[in-house]
Amino acid sequence: MDEQMDLLRFATAGSVDDGKSTLIGRLLLDSKAIFEDQLASVEATSKSRGYDYTDLALLTDGLRSEREQGITIDVAYRYFATPRRKFIIADTPGHVQYTRNMVTGASTADLGLVLVDARQGMTEQSRRHAVLLSLLRVPHLVLAVNKMDLVDYDEEVYNQIHRDFTAFTSKLTVPDLTIIPISALQGDNVVTRSDKMPWYEGPSLLHHLEHVYVASDRDLVDTRFPVQYVVRPKSDKWHDYRGYAGRVAGGVMKKGDEVMVLPSGLTSRIAGIDLFDKEIDEAYPPMSVSVRLEDDLDVSRGDMICRPKNAPTPSQDIDAMVSWMVPEPMRVKRKLAIKHTTRTARALVKNIQYRLDINTLHRDQDTHELGLNEIGRVQLRTTQPLLCDPYATNRDTGSFILIDEATGVTVGAGMIN
Amino acid sequence: MSTQAGYQLSHLDELEAESIHIFREVVAEFEKPVLMFSGGKDSIVMLRLAEKAFYPARVPFPVLQVDTGYDFPEVIETRDRWVERLGVRLIIASVEQAIKDGIVVDDGKTSRNRLQIGTLLHVIEEEGFTAAFGGGRRDEEKARAKERVYSHRDEFGQWDPKNQRPELWSLYNGRIHEGEHMRIFPLSNWTELDIWSYIGREQIEIPSIYFAHNRRVFERDGMLLSESDHNPLRNAEEVKERQVRFRTVGDLTLTGCLESSASTVEEIIEEVAISRVTERGATRGDDRFSEAAMEDRKKEGYF
Repeated sequence: MDEQMDLLRFATAGSVDDGKSTLIGRLLLDSKAIFEDQLASVEATSKSRGYDYTDLALLTDGLRSEREQGITIDVAYRYFATPRRKFIIADTPGHVQYTRNMVTGASTADLGLVLVDARQGMTEQSRRHAVLLSLLRVPHLVLAVNKMDLVDYDEEVYNQIHRDFTAFTSKLTVPDLTIIPISALQGDNVVTRSDKMPWYEGPSLLHHLEHVYVASDRDLVDTRFPVQYVVRPKSDKWHDYRGYAGRVAGGVMKKGDEVMVLPSGLTSRIAGIDLFDKEIDEAYPPMSVSVRLEDDLDVSRGDMICRPKNAPTPSQDIDAMVSWMVPEPMRVKRKLAIKHTTRTARALVKNIQYRLDINTLHRDQDTHELGLNEIGRVQLRTTQPLLCDPYATNRDTGSFILIDEATGVTVGAGMIN
Repeated sequence: MSTQAGYQLSHLDELEAESIHIFREVVAEFEKPVLMFSGGKDSIVMLRLAEKAFYPARVPFPVLQVDTGYDFPEVIETRDRWVERLGVRLIIASVEQAIKDGIVVDDGKTSRNRLQIGTLLHVIEEEGFTAAFGGGRRDEEKARAKERVYSHRDEFGQWDPKNQRPELWSLYNGRIHEGEHMRIFPLSNWTELDIWSYIGREQIEIPSIYFAHNRRVFERDGMLLSESDHNPLRNAEEVKERQVRFRTVGDLTLTGCLESSASTVEEIIEEVAISRVTERGATRGDDRFSEAAMEDRKKEGYF
């Protein structure tokens, strides 16, 4: 196995109609993540249904049978790898519960893949997908213009969709947009470049997924280390060892760095960074390490290690975009539990400022609640200060979940402004 | 630690970091976690990750194995070496004992595999465990593809797939009520190939039966089973010696092996990579890997 392989997480959204299942089936098949006997059964089913071609959508078709059985459609994770990269697909269905599922799938994604049918061009659904991916600050967006075979691989069809989509996303935060004409069914521009569209000079979809540069997407400047757990071996050999365990959320940490611990504000220097039994030179996101400090400070779970001149502002007043995920609506004065990095507190809903219509981007100010699958701007007051950054700068220190204290259910997800 | 230019972790390092994060989060938030140990490669990889997560302190939770009475001796030996080296408490929940105590009923038709479930739930309840780590991976099957890292179980130990909590970023929700527990799957995002690559990279000790060895076996339902006192031969079944290895380990009366000469992790990785095409073929006793498949994959730069 090639040690230099890295990992790309991407989210897809859409329904069976726009060819998403066929596309995923094609990627899994061409990267050999599919068994030959699975393929044989798909071929047999296609034949028995009288199709002219092998319907690759059947490969990922857990969803359709589940729908027939009445099980909630949900995010499904799928895996494939090429010699260059391992891929994790968060596959979210387009129709039912789409906002909740897409927000969930997009929260961890490096890249979002939106499909449109070349015959239809942009639809309300494709606009909605782009809005959600932008709201979740997914750094890379790919629009796959699918079913090019059904429009005779016409360059003008592609150009029109290209113009429409570019104009639409200029109103959103989309740092990197790539638009690729494909036919998932015929395999054009999916794995290899198609000779049917000589006018298209960009990469195939898989080539783009393999090469899109993601290392600089994380914040490597502002040191943020939420303390997760304190490692204190109660053994003679390691009597004085005290390691602050956690996952680097931002910046590059090095031995000797001057650091400040929040909320106490006490300062020290990094005495060493350990990864298991080895001391390492530097730690960066998303590494899980243990940090030792030169001074004996009182540091515990929920604290954050940062730099004295570069620290988040502790605040009990949180202004955020919240995606609501349960049928019982969010209302002003409601009390909830809030989990932010490794810190858990209670939160009071002070104000629901507006509800965002994700189809029109209209802000509805005359609202007093947020219902299931709605997104709105909300002000919260927390029992403890949260050590947070704007979500736009750091997706780890800028995000939180809301939990119903009675049921224990995750009811909302927030992105701090 | 292997890095690429521009502060990018390799895929194994990123998976490792994610799993370590999960282990620490659970220990920080749950009162009484336990690690469910099957003896297989996945649960050994979990032990390795737990060791890394808390080093130089000891792994701060016990290891629980449900003993079917039909475990491979090689698996028990490896388990005991791991448990001794890590200095963790081992809890053995015996299906035999559970039958005697009337906790589960052996009606002669139910397999030991199924009787494990009642035995396991009983121990979790008795000991009051609030979180149980399991080695499940999402690439294993379609239903698992949707299971959360934190998978909620009600007071009857049941999973309700219709009512799963959304899981966002790396913010896990560990809220449970009295009597409920959480199943935790730190290997959710690993594939079988990732597991083997990691075993190779970390030189992790796994039971010897994963590697090619000579064994007296017989064929049943298209599978090669190990000769054993627990597994009396039925008519016309014939024992022969073959070079085999196991892909999974479990109840030895049910776990089939395959003919293989793969004796190193590298050879197994190669075999797994190819057998992704014909894995089911192997358990159906159909033919094995084709030379052409091997060649095709090598041509494409695989390994």
